[in-house]
Amino acid sequence: MFNYNVKLALKSMRRNPIMTALMIAAISVGIGVCMTTLTVYYLMSSNPIPHKSDVLFAVTIDSWNPLRPFDDDYPERAPHQLTFHDAERLIDVGKGIRQTAMFESSLIIEPAGEDQLPFEVGARVTYTDFFPMFDVPFLFGSAWDRSADTNGEPVVVLTRELNERLFGGADSVGETLTMQGMRFQVVGVIDTWEPTPRYYDPINGGFQRINEMFIPFSLTRVLELNSTGSDWGWKSEDITSFEQWLNSESVWVQYFVQLDSPRDRDDYVTHLDAYVTEQKKLGRFERPMNNSIHNVTEWMEYHEVVANDARVLVGLSFLFLIVCLLSTIALLLTKFVGKNSETSLRRALGASRNAIFRQQIVEVAVIGFAGGLLGLMLTLLGLEGIEYLYEAPPGLVNLDWLMVTTAIAIAIASSMVAGLYPAWRVCRIPPAAQLKTQ
Amino acid sequence: MLEMSRIQKIYRTELIETHALRDLSLSVGDGEFVAVTGPSGSGKTTFLNIAGLLESFENGSYVLDGRNVAGLNDDQRSEFRNRKIGFIFQSFNLIPDLNLYDNVDVPLRYRRLPAAERRARIRRALETVGLASRMKHLPAQLSGGQQQRVAIARALAGEPAMLLADEPTGNLDSAMAHQVMDLLEEIHAAGATIVMVTHDPDLARRAERNIHLMDGRVALEDYSTGAADLPPQPADRERLVARA
Repeated sequence: MFNYNVKLALKSMRRNPIMTALMIAAISVGIGVCMTTLTVYYLMSSNPIPHKSDVLFAVTIDSWNPLRPFDDDYPERAPHQLTFHDAERLIDVGKGIRQTAMFESSLIIEPAGEDQLPFEVGARVTYTDFFPMFDVPFLFGSAWDRSADTNGEPVVVLTRELNERLFGGADSVGETLTMQGMRFQVVGVIDTWEPTPRYYDPINGGFQRINEMFIPFSLTRVLELNSTGSDWGWKSEDITSFEQWLNSESVWVQYFVQLDSPRDRDDYVTHLDAYVTEQKKLGRFERPMNNSIHNVTEWMEYHEVVANDARVLVGLSFLFLIVCLLSTIALLLTKFVGKNSETSLRRALGASRNAIFRQQIVEVAVIGFAGGLLGLMLTLLGLEGIEYLYEAPPGLVNLDWLMVTTAIAIAIASSMVAGLYPAWRVCRIPPAAQLKTQ
Repeated sequence: MLEMSRIQKIYRTELIETHALRDLSLSVGDGEFVAVTGPSGSGKTTFLNIAGLLESFENGSYVLDGRNVAGLNDDQRSEFRNRKIGFIFQSFNLIPDLNLYDNVDVPLRYRRLPAAERRARIRRALETVGLASRMKHLPAQLSGGQQQRVAIARALAGEPAMLLADEPTGNLDSAMAHQVMDLLEEIHAAGATIVMVTHDPDLARRAERNIHLMDGRVALEDYSTGAADLPPQPADRERLVARA
């Protein structure tokens, strides 16, 4: 009977093509708007590394101004980043399964050919643990050796795109390139990797693209690398040299540690407390003890990667869908009134009210399905628009199968809900009502 | 087959009550071909709607094919109607965008018959009315008489206990009307019970029995075909009502 009802639905839709098109358009616009905001919200709030989000932790220690908290709105919070020298010391001690300090910088690449102009690229200055901690996939080569982390070796890992630009996409491991007057050896090229949100650095934008290259943290001193990301300071310090800057109380280094068990986590916090206690003896860390670690989910919530605006927008778009559905209800009522004589005939020939109700509901479900398909196309357009508007990297905001299925399911379910009242009305038509007048 | 006893039907509005049927009692035996006649407003259509379980009634009893239908709920009435009654309407009531096959299929769909049996019944019914070769045609591609034959095929396909025909030739010219009547007579000759509402005396004479309604009651029953002079003259009216 379902197939029969689908066949009748298609015939009925063809019978009133303009009205059918209007209903499909109303549903598709509602679904398009709804799914666009929902997809953005879903991407923003999704767990980018579900299998490790509970073992990767951002580290915060409160080295801030003793007279006022880092964030007046959240006085319990320590600064989001560490000072360079605290990060270096925590790395030296180790204690985590893996750990990395990092910051964003930029370097000028000097191409070998004289016909090419130098160009600037963004770099993540980090430790070799960065790659296995965050499951970075490699296309060629691998991360650098640990010795590079301590010896300031000029090695570099390129993104696939930069490798394409510099070496035409070939295996460039062993090749060299010149930056800041220093020859760097390529040790690895990573494959396409675009964690969304960029959970390891929500401070500098959870939806920014990853940096184009990775170089060892130990090169910071060698090349006197400055951070191009956020940095905060509270202390008036007389800084006349790069070394003084590195030893200042400005916080500009992010720190992540991998801790696999609850005991590891407890031990690590104890280790942080011990470090801060030691620093207090040196006259630093004058605020109350406030050291904490935040797993990936907590870290994204901490930085409100999913802004409240996004939630409000999802709510508003669902309200818009309801408005579209109300229009659909009005159209359905008009359409079904036109089917009174056929309904009356079917009732006379033995169709029960339930059978008539099911027939109408299947018809609105088919309309909803068509609206859902068209709505998906509008969603893709909407996402393109959002990428353009927010200058997001192409392909960052995409529909996955879950969202496609959700879109169709919402379209069918909502149109069926919209069809309940019109279908109920039409199935109440008495069987004898229209037979004489047809 | 059909046994109605003291059936009443009153249509009510805020201002007026209309007694469409007043203690109507009549019966139709198995295999009978009965014509129901009467002037406009005499209750013919109301009788047909009640006989076809399309409308409810206030008082009285109605037994169809051995079952008292008074207590049936809407779903039961639908199912019983589907199994026991085949309708033939004055305006054919075919669904315009379904072809002949699908039109005849409509009542069978609600009986949940296996596809093979539905196919066989549809083909057989269309062969009976001589339109099997045009089963893929749309109703608009047929003449009025052919459309009514399709409606008859639709009524026959369900193999009902009784055919109810409401002015089956009312929308046809005389030649086509006679063809349709010939077909109904053939179907009756094959054993079908037919109740036909008509205001055409010539057609009524072709039935085995004539029941004349007036003011919602049976005014005259005549078992000799064509014996009733229809419609009754005003002078006869009082006498006929008194007989009822």
